[in-house]
Amino acid sequence: MLEARDLACWRGDRAIFAGLSFTLEPGGALLLLGANGAGKSSLLRLLAGLIPPAEGLLLWQGQDALADRVAHAARLRYLSHQDALKPSLTAAENLSFYARLWGGEVAAALASVGLSELAELPARMLSSGQKRRLALARLALAPVPLWLLDEPTVGLDAASVERLGALLAAHRAAGGAVLAATHLPLPLPGARELVL
Amino acid sequence: MRGFNAVLGRELRLALRHPADSLAAVMFFVLVCALFPFGIGPSPEILARIAPGALLAAGLLAALLPLDRLFGAEAEDGSLDQLLVSGLPPALLAAAKALGHWLVTGLPLLVATPVAAAMLNLPVEAWGVAMLALGLATGVLSLFGTAGAALTLGARRGGVLLPLLVLPLSIPAVIFGAAAIEAAAGGIPARPYLLLLAALLALAAPLAPLAAGAALRGE
Repeated sequence: MLEARDLACWRGDRAIFAGLSFTLEPGGALLLLGANGAGKSSLLRLLAGLIPPAEGLLLWQGQDALADRVAHAARLRYLSHQDALKPSLTAAENLSFYARLWGGEVAAALASVGLSELAELPARMLSSGQKRRLALARLALAPVPLWLLDEPTVGLDAASVERLGALLAAHRAAGGAVLAATHLPLPLPGARELVL
Repeated sequence: MRGFNAVLGRELRLALRHPADSLAAVMFFVLVCALFPFGIGPSPEILARIAPGALLAAGLLAALLPLDRLFGAEAEDGSLDQLLVSGLPPALLAAAKALGHWLVTGLPLLVATPVAAAMLNLPVEAWGVAMLALGLATGVLSLFGTAGAALTLGARRGGVLLPLLVLPLSIPAVIFGAAAIEAAAGGIPARPYLLLLAALLALAAPLAPLAAGAALRGE
């Protein structure tokens, strides 16, 4: 459903990567590997439509995905390496903003990352691992076909990685695709690897 | 519309959690207006003469204060990326941000206007028009300011660049706003000037969010 053809990304006058092609099928998973600075985050931003590709095409169901970036955004969730939380809002308030945009149950999403008990705590009181889990809870709000994850397990304990595994498995079982950049082992059985 | 309301609601909730930010703009406005009597001397006629322009200039400068954090704070914590891939059109996002800025900064200035007007010896019968004119002028500034904040986002000296970009665009708002207050103080109808100011607002309302949206998208 997602196909990249000869994608290239430039920063200044230096190519970060070029001639990158891959396909992603429903239920599929692709792990982005590579050294620091290899362009994993840039590729995810490009796929999310946040930066335009210098060359190449990104196709969604055979159509140019980036022609309508608002429509493209509606079919994906992007988890950046930042958690995008407002420190003064509670965990539930942080999440309910996105629930208003996308639909979905805040309580259920919080439960899926094991944060139900901390729902009324301001986000500034959460530990870095808990903040990461709150960011991950956005994935559990409403189903979309494509997840783009940038180092999703940074700061997570073993139990939280297991919960993320359950979220990923449910997403893929429902026909969703995952693209994840990582340095740590991820609970993505059968994922193909793409080394940048 | 759901997305617009969600962003606006979040803006207001964040402002309520940090009331000091709104209060700082109001205090700035009142203090700048209080400086004029000290600088010019307490001559009532001269003060009343400069009051319309001083009110407008102080109000716009105060409303400018929180603008560089409008998108800056969102960009720093990664929220801006989330907002841009939320499926919300960027222009709609910018429109909600502009309205949020006006409600959080412009509206409290209106409440403080009588205090500032009294210090500048503006005749009481012109206070109503002063509030109206300042409300419309800060609305124009919120709109142009949102576009400016989106354009200067990521610039190295964005905080300095922003006023240089936005204040020249606000000159018509100062001219018509001050003229309206002056007319009201002199007992002439202020309506034509207020209508011109409203026309300026009506012009900026669709254009500025579109420009801001394009700037956010191109970032």
